[in-house]
Amino acid sequence: MPIPIRKFLRAAGLALLLGTTMTAAAHAESVLRVAMTAGDIPDWTGQPDQGFEGLRFVGWSLHDSLINWDLSRSDREAVLKPGLATRWYIDEADKTKWIFELRQGVKFHDGCPWNADAAIWNIERLTNDKAPQFHPLHFARQRARSNTIVKAEKIDDYKIAIQTKAPEAMFYYSMAYWMMISKCAVEAANYDYKVYAKAPAGTGPYKFDKVVPRERLDLVKNADYWDKDRIPKHDRLVLIPMPEATTRAAALLSGQVDFIEAPSPDTIPRLRDAGMTIVTLQYPHNWTYQLNFVKGPFKDARVRHAANYAINRAEMVDMLGGVAMEGYGVFIPSQAFYGNPKKYTYDPKKAEALLREAGCYPCSITIGISTSGSGQMQPLPMNELAKAQLEAAGFKVKLEVMDWNTLLESFFRGWEKLPNVDALNVSLQVGDPVSGFVKHFTTANRGPVGLNWGWYENKEVDRLAEEAQATFDEAARTKILQRMHEIVVEDGGRVFIVHDLNPRALSPRVKGFVQAQSWFQDLTPITIAGPTN
Amino acid sequence: MTSSCWHAEFKKLMWAYAGRRIIYAVPIAIGVTVICFGLVFLAPGDPMVNLLPPDASPADAAYLRKLYGFDQPVPVQYAKWLLRAVTGDLGTSLQTGRPVISEVGRALSNTIVISLGAVLLAFSLAFVLGTLAGYYAGRPADRALTAVSVVGVSVPNYWLGMVLIIVFSVELGVLPATGMGSAGSDTFSLFNWEQAKYAILPVITLSMVPLGIIMRNTRAAIAEVLANDFVQTLRAKGLPETMVIRHAVRNAFPQVLAVMGLQFGYLVGGSILIETIFTWPGTGFLLSKAILTRDIPVLQGAILVLAMCFVATNLAVDLLQTAIDPRIRRA
Repeated sequence: MPIPIRKFLRAAGLALLLGTTMTAAAHAESVLRVAMTAGDIPDWTGQPDQGFEGLRFVGWSLHDSLINWDLSRSDREAVLKPGLATRWYIDEADKTKWIFELRQGVKFHDGCPWNADAAIWNIERLTNDKAPQFHPLHFARQRARSNTIVKAEKIDDYKIAIQTKAPEAMFYYSMAYWMMISKCAVEAANYDYKVYAKAPAGTGPYKFDKVVPRERLDLVKNADYWDKDRIPKHDRLVLIPMPEATTRAAALLSGQVDFIEAPSPDTIPRLRDAGMTIVTLQYPHNWTYQLNFVKGPFKDARVRHAANYAINRAEMVDMLGGVAMEGYGVFIPSQAFYGNPKKYTYDPKKAEALLREAGCYPCSITIGISTSGSGQMQPLPMNELAKAQLEAAGFKVKLEVMDWNTLLESFFRGWEKLPNVDALNVSLQVGDPVSGFVKHFTTANRGPVGLNWGWYENKEVDRLAEEAQATFDEAARTKILQRMHEIVVEDGGRVFIVHDLNPRALSPRVKGFVQAQSWFQDLTPITIAGPTN
Repeated sequence: MTSSCWHAEFKKLMWAYAGRRIIYAVPIAIGVTVICFGLVFLAPGDPMVNLLPPDASPADAAYLRKLYGFDQPVPVQYAKWLLRAVTGDLGTSLQTGRPVISEVGRALSNTIVISLGAVLLAFSLAFVLGTLAGYYAGRPADRALTAVSVVGVSVPNYWLGMVLIIVFSVELGVLPATGMGSAGSDTFSLFNWEQAKYAILPVITLSMVPLGIIMRNTRAAIAEVLANDFVQTLRAKGLPETMVIRHAVRNAFPQVLAVMGLQFGYLVGGSILIETIFTWPGTGFLLSKAILTRDIPVLQGAILVLAMCFVATNLAVDLLQTAIDPRIRRA
């Protein structure tokens, strides 16, 4: 029996409508919108600015390093893993030479091949100011991790050697921050990085799509990414700078973004009530007081110990609404280098007794602090509380408040820049043992040459540091670093207070995020449920 | 005098006045360049600190200082900067590597969107309310309206911004909380609701202070004009009250216009707090980041451009006042 024409047309219309709807649904783009704490979009042309947040969101999204970080797990510290190099080892015949075997079959987003020539070209980009691809800002941002490189050589198409000034067993950490960009794209831009910024090309899991300077950076999924486990599970990643914490919370609550960095502790209950997921996890960060070992009361170990006993860390964590953990060392306990250091449990009576024994009661000290700053958490209320706790044990504390840039400059120049300051509150990363630890406690790194602001000095620590740099066996070296850490804590090398727990708030639409014990995070596993506003 | 002669005379006077004002603006501009160049060097903090990682050596800092010309004496740096600035080259941002002129230009155009909106909103409301308050001076209506202006001036606008975000974005969900359009300012248009709605809360927040100030000035000006003898004469001649108000408004307008111009000039300078709260990428947002990172070329360029805008706005207001008020020309 023939189908009546009206019925046929109705069915055809319905099918067309359904088909269109389903096609639209199938092609609906899933978008992850992230509100960063940065005041601007991190530089997307190679070596990001905006500190570790720049590396976190732009660095390993657009690019890869020779060595990447394994950010796939929450239950252990983030460790290094092969990136654009599959293996790295010291040349047994010449211990100043590190060999890197490069990954084969990788292409940059513009189709340019990844090989030894591209690797050498990228190393020269940050080390050779005569090379046309040299970029002064990129050079500056990576300088602390490139200043021991003598040269890089091609061994074959997929093998290079990097020579350092002296044997450096921990050199390879430096190559875990070195972003590789496309030689072809920079050459096509005639070495003009302003032109290159319009079509940058890395090898990372996201490709550049578009940018509105100071407002948003749009990246799209790289479906051909070489690491199949890290092909993004969403189509688009939008990075939005949003420095004000309350604005970030409002943007999340109103559905303008899906993922925010560092909500302030007072907004967390409101975000939870609205159904947002709050994630926190320990990571290698410390909030401590660096001490002046040359001038002032902290020259005396008893005063340093007293300050450590005077701090009520549980009260500090409570004031922060639980987004911190008590700190008893430079490293966090889950790090391999932590060891078994002495623990300064809260004991104000003991602190007072130590001050009296040291003949410094009341003990006047001046602490340099900032009003805000990268990783500084809530510096004003935290320092006020620490001041009250120290004063309860017999210290007389003066807080010298300065802005972040001035504090950092004072920190980099060493204690002599601010000779009347006895302690400085600069919170820092301890993700790698060299820049996070060794450079802070060795005499060779006294400020302004290195990061040892207060000129901490312990001959055993110096000896162990040299031994660690000459020990190429990782397990043996870890033991040496553990011993160094134990000595520094025993010495009262700092006033240890808390470690940040790095809170983030996620919309209920965000699924699959695995927070790593790291300053860096992998957004690729995230899926987005439902349409984007 | 015939109409064409009068127009010719008017044009001549206006050009002479404008020329005189522009000549006066030159030493102001030079003074501004000296101050904006010098001030940023007085602030503590080293711009290299934000460029280099913590453990970079002093030799690296010296290398960069030389590369960016900070190793030269300040007067030499000033002379070089001024020579470049007059050709429109304000240097390159230390942080982004982008030309300062494009950074400032984009930020300025973004700020003008909300500051112009705020001034127009404030002016239209304040002029009506201020006129009413001035007309009913001393009566309950005046006291009620004056309270509005006091609130406008007294309420901290960053607090108001937060409250508006909570009410209209978080609770009601009718307006966006932050940003400048879902796709950024490259496609921002006030004629597209999807984009324009991003400007509403910043405009309202920003308009509160000028609303209070313009309203207070309008009230005072209208009340003063209405107390003049000529108003008594107008009333004695039986002129309707609407016409009397019209005369009063016309006489008070130049004074209010000057206040509005000043307010616009202040707003173009950008509000660090408002632009940060609404993540509006204007001059306040740009300056705040440049201050925190000691991005000296951006700071110098932005201050110079903003100061010039302020001078130009004042000049434009003066010329406009002269055009509408013959008493000023004669003076």
